[in-house]
Amino acid sequence: MYSEKVMDHFQNPRNVGEIENASGTGTVGNAKCGDIMRIYLDIDENQVIRDVKFKTFGCGAAVATSSMATEMVKGKTVREAMEVTNKAVMEALDGLPPVKVHCSLLAEEAIHAALWDYAQKNGIEIEGLVKPKSDIGEEEIEEEY
Amino acid sequence: MKQLVYLDNAATTKTRPEVVEAMLPYFTEDYGNPSSIYEFSSRPREAIAHARETIAKALGAKTNEIYFTNGGTESDNWALIATAEAYQAKGRHIITTKIEHHAVLHTCEYLEQRGFEVTYLDVDEFGVVKLSELEKAIRPDTILISVMFANNEIGTLEPIREIGEIAKKHGVLFHTDAVQAFGHVPISVDECHIDMLSSSAHKLNGPRGVGFLYIRTGLKTRSFIHGGAQERKRRGGTENTPGIVGFGKAVELALATMEERSRTETALRDHLIERVMREVPYVRLNGHPTRRLSNNANFAFQFIEGESMLIMLDMEGICASSGSACTSGSLDPSHVLLAIGLPHEIAHGSLRLTLSEETTMEQIDFTVDCIKKIVERLRSMSPLYEDYVKKHGQGQNA
Repeated sequence: MYSEKVMDHFQNPRNVGEIENASGTGTVGNAKCGDIMRIYLDIDENQVIRDVKFKTFGCGAAVATSSMATEMVKGKTVREAMEVTNKAVMEALDGLPPVKVHCSLLAEEAIHAALWDYAQKNGIEIEGLVKPKSDIGEEEIEEEY
Repeated sequence: MKQLVYLDNAATTKTRPEVVEAMLPYFTEDYGNPSSIYEFSSRPREAIAHARETIAKALGAKTNEIYFTNGGTESDNWALIATAEAYQAKGRHIITTKIEHHAVLHTCEYLEQRGFEVTYLDVDEFGVVKLSELEKAIRPDTILISVMFANNEIGTLEPIREIGEIAKKHGVLFHTDAVQAFGHVPISVDECHIDMLSSSAHKLNGPRGVGFLYIRTGLKTRSFIHGGAQERKRRGGTENTPGIVGFGKAVELALATMEERSRTETALRDHLIERVMREVPYVRLNGHPTRRLSNNANFAFQFIEGESMLIMLDMEGICASSGSACTSGSLDPSHVLLAIGLPHEIAHGSLRLTLSEETTMEQIDFTVDCIKKIVERLRSMSPLYEDYVKKHGQGQNA
């Protein structure tokens, strides 16, 4: 059901954990639907993501997409991180089953939520970044497939 | 080498070697169509009659009350749809429960779209139907009550005899989906006043692809699968001789081993439940503590999600199942777990382990050891657990 890459990122998730006094934190999803992702970003003065950690409550795909998304934004500038879309995460994982596409969307949202938190704290604007939804409702997820 | 630990016997069971052996001649030797008139077809015909007798006897029924089908789902569809059609002049109201298998629930939805009215009864926290509510739900136009014998997810045994008595008192027909129960617990259709009963061979170490519907004599019975004159003109289609023979053999063996099997499974099940409840924090047992199938254990682990658990158990060679949304193919967790009052986020963390007579104590201990490691690992990754610990500190069971 899952690609080898998804299984690898599920079995050996990268960047699991927390960052104390993170530059930005974002939590998306809801427990009712069975997925919650939390991303911690440590961003330096040049707006480079020095470190990133995540915690996820969810299925294999939710864990794998969180892991891959953190890999993809690590070392990038916040502007570059904005280009890490759910499609890019899915492609990097060699695809996801159709019912799991919303997991990759959640990963993108979680990164954006953490970036938004960082932007708010520092009073800056990041091009293309809008205020994230704190909660992804069921109806919206259903529309994805 | 990784050993297979198969703990998903509610999904399907291993076909007993004796059953396979009994079936084999009907593929390559006695393969004649049981409906044909020549001598060559007499052996398959007799073999089917023998299987029918074994099954009828197991239920305390008559042979002409057993109709072979292709499985439990077909039997449920037949029982509900044919009864609804045959009795609609009397009324168009059906009573069932919120914890039925989809074979019953989705058939009820189909009937609702065709003008029937269905009452879905609540169950208590253990998954037991409330008899007073059942009786209250009966109306003059109620034609059928359908309540499962034992629940496939949480293993709870329903008060079938009492339900049968209520149905009889009110002159309402009573159907039970006994797919998880037949061959595992003793069933007498007369004692329980059962009018129709669905069963499937592969849940009791028989082959997949064969089942039966028991229909009490005197009921208006309509065909569901239209075709030839098989099954007393009630169920068309050339008989699945090997399957039916295998079913008969499986029932014979299930009855012979029932008492001892049930004892062994109960001991293992209770050991499993006892260890998990004692050694894993933030866990609850789903279903009734004692009134449950001897081979069923169902837990809800807080702060983690079922599919992740299943994948990690699979990596250890353990086959199990879950009622999480991800495994149900929808965004909602199991309707059974919601019906017993579990909040969504806890229902997502459910794990069902169903044993067989081949399950060993070593396998159970190995499984509990794995569960402990997996639950701990997933919790260390869970933002819900992180929040909980920050708020309440680590420790006692919730």
